[in-house]
Amino acid sequence: MIDLALDIASWISFALGGFFLIVGAIGMIRLPDFWSRLHGAGVIDTAGAELILLGMMFQAGLTQVTIKLILIGLFVFLTSPTGTHAVANAAFVAGIRPLGEIKNDDTKEPKGTKS
Amino acid sequence: MIHAVTMGLGLFGLWLLLSGFLDNTLLLGLGVASCVVSVYIAARMEVVDNESVPLQLKFGVFGYLFWLSAEIGKANWTVTKVILSPRMRLNQRIITVPANQKTDVGRVTFANSITLTPGTITVETERQSFLVHALTNEAADFDALADMGDRVSAVENRS
Repeated sequence: MIDLALDIASWISFALGGFFLIVGAIGMIRLPDFWSRLHGAGVIDTAGAELILLGMMFQAGLTQVTIKLILIGLFVFLTSPTGTHAVANAAFVAGIRPLGEIKNDDTKEPKGTKS
Repeated sequence: MIHAVTMGLGLFGLWLLLSGFLDNTLLLGLGVASCVVSVYIAARMEVVDNESVPLQLKFGVFGYLFWLSAEIGKANWTVTKVILSPRMRLNQRIITVPANQKTDVGRVTFANSITLTPGTITVETERQSFLVHALTNEAADFDALADMGDRVSAVENRS
């Protein structure tokens, strides 16, 4: 019984994770420019990767493998935004600007000097 | 000193969990030795401080992580809808979000949280604020981002 429940939970995780991986891949192709594609990659980084890892944890049960999977998830959680920020910052410094960027939004005070 | 001891214990715990050798005295001894050497090198590099061993963070950080996971789930769904919609309504923009966290750890947590949430990416960090690239109008929700910053500050101040 508990095995069946774990299998169902892990299959749901795998299916959802796979769905988000495919959506991220479609996003990488469909989205028009560098900046928006970063967000497609973000879907893969967060929902896709973590849900697949969660499904594997359900399959592994309470073993050492699960601990390693948790650590992998934690490191992905910490490193993927850092990498994304590095790439985005490099593009910003290089002068790449978003396609159809809306300037002068009224959400706040003056912008940074470089924007 | 407390930081060095905690780092050593943490490293040894990690070594135990990853190796799974619990009953081999020689390997355990070698594991302890490698942890001691690692802490010694870290101390020589002068990186044993509140950044590498964030002892100041209390259990509030787990509540924040839980909340952040829910936010990431919601934001993923929003971006998924944008990607799969026949006409993608993008309104890309770069907005400024105030970042009033006191410590570097807090600022990094906030910046990484923004980037982790699909639809927003931290592009540039300035002294008191971040430049954030947003994919859509929905993602460029200034109040939601400010709320996230307040939560990070709350976790930081509780310590």
